[in-house]
Amino acid sequence: MKRHLISAGDLSRADALLILDTAEELAGLADRPIKKLPTLRGRTVVNLFYEDSTRTRISFEAAAKRLSADVINFSAKGSSVAKGESLKDTALTLEAMGADAVVIRHGASGAAHRLAHWVRGSVLNAGDGTHEHPTQALLDAFTIRRRLRGDNPRGAGLDGLRVTIVGDVLHSRVARSNVLLLSTLGAEVTLAAPPTLLPLAVGSWPCAVSYDLDSELAKSDVVMMLRVQQERMTAAYFPSVREYSRRYGLDAERMARLPGHAIVMHPGPMNRGVEIAAEVADSVRSTIVEQVANGVTTRMAVLYLLLGGTEFPATGEA
Amino acid sequence: MCAASSPVAGRDGLAVLDAEEIRRALTRIAHEILERTRGGDGVILLGIPTRGVPLARRLAARIGEFEGLDVPCGSLDVTMHRDDLRLHPARALGRTELPGGGIDGKTVVLVDDVLYSGRTVRAALDALNDLGRPRSVQLAVLVDRGHRELPIRADYVGKNLPTSQREVVHVLLAEVDGQDGVTISDDGRQP
Repeated sequence: MKRHLISAGDLSRADALLILDTAEELAGLADRPIKKLPTLRGRTVVNLFYEDSTRTRISFEAAAKRLSADVINFSAKGSSVAKGESLKDTALTLEAMGADAVVIRHGASGAAHRLAHWVRGSVLNAGDGTHEHPTQALLDAFTIRRRLRGDNPRGAGLDGLRVTIVGDVLHSRVARSNVLLLSTLGAEVTLAAPPTLLPLAVGSWPCAVSYDLDSELAKSDVVMMLRVQQERMTAAYFPSVREYSRRYGLDAERMARLPGHAIVMHPGPMNRGVEIAAEVADSVRSTIVEQVANGVTTRMAVLYLLLGGTEFPATGEA
Repeated sequence: MCAASSPVAGRDGLAVLDAEEIRRALTRIAHEILERTRGGDGVILLGIPTRGVPLARRLAARIGEFEGLDVPCGSLDVTMHRDDLRLHPARALGRTELPGGGIDGKTVVLVDDVLYSGRTVRAALDALNDLGRPRSVQLAVLVDRGHRELPIRADYVGKNLPTSQREVVHVLLAEVDGQDGVTISDDGRQP
């Protein structure tokens, strides 16, 4: 394992399996009377959130607290950032407070990477602009493996599984991280999206591309719906929400064409009725609630593997 | 169980227990557990990964043979409770599997292959604390090699093996290593 978790592409297959297997062992904790381990006692984890987030911040906070780390929550609203403090100055402040890990969510792609040069502790990317969100990919891989690889998935990859990622790939850090991680784990990933919502460089990604969702359904083991990110859309990417929904939304009729074992995922928050119909989101195939629970477990595994052992030397890059 | 070494003459690679002796030691421990717990009532065997787990299963099987008693058997990983985590890179976790019904009010017998500093057992006691409140906790080990660093002792011992701190004791079990045996060597070399 490296010292930071900036990109899902930094993880080797062995690293990814170590994280998933560790998460598998930690999953039992949720059923125990005392949901806490003493492992990170005395370590400080800072949640540095420049963008709004509910589930990711709470998930990281719960994960760190279950490992007994001290958690400091920092949100840009109501902080010195509102007074114009730069990321670097904020980083130096955190550094002076002795943060062992910084979990950063930022609107600018590459923010986590920059931060990693300025602080001594580990940097965990919790979403940087439209770039990456590696822990989301890890929890998705964990969820897929638990659902489709049997009761004891330890050590198993996702070899041969077909994953279709649908929707707003252009603005999605979740899609990029998932493509990188799932292909590392052996899955065959297909992106299904309108041409306007695919990034220019998608040809260099380790995945296939389709403009037609319907032709992909019958062969998909996993369908991952992406949120239509209206807040990042500055131009017209499709004629109307209704048309998008009709061509790329997952409704009950499309779900019925999936193979019997196939699962439906969504990283949340959902736009019900746009990319996913309510009856699909609430069906037994949907893993949306599981993904949230698995998020805490997976983030615990990452925090443990990055912070649980020997401290890394104080200098040097990732 | 490891420690580096300055050779003690003539012991390098010595076989301390063979498969037959391990079998007899476990048979005796199984009888002792039954004796000391008045027939094994309310006993749960928890093996500490890696090699404590197959030992716990073997003990449960023996007790089943002798008394027709189905003793619950599980595993208890102590990695997250260790006091030396920061001395090594983060390690992979072992598995914790408790038998249905939990450990509350039961007599938990912890099972491990080698008792050395006692720190693993301390970690196990902490881990148990988070899982419930057993009526009592006992400890069974295949080899007690001495050099305790904490006030901990075993209730059931397969073999007391006086060692130098520089020697290394290897326990091999068929379930993990393909064969049974206990050997002692001067350094980290496998026999």
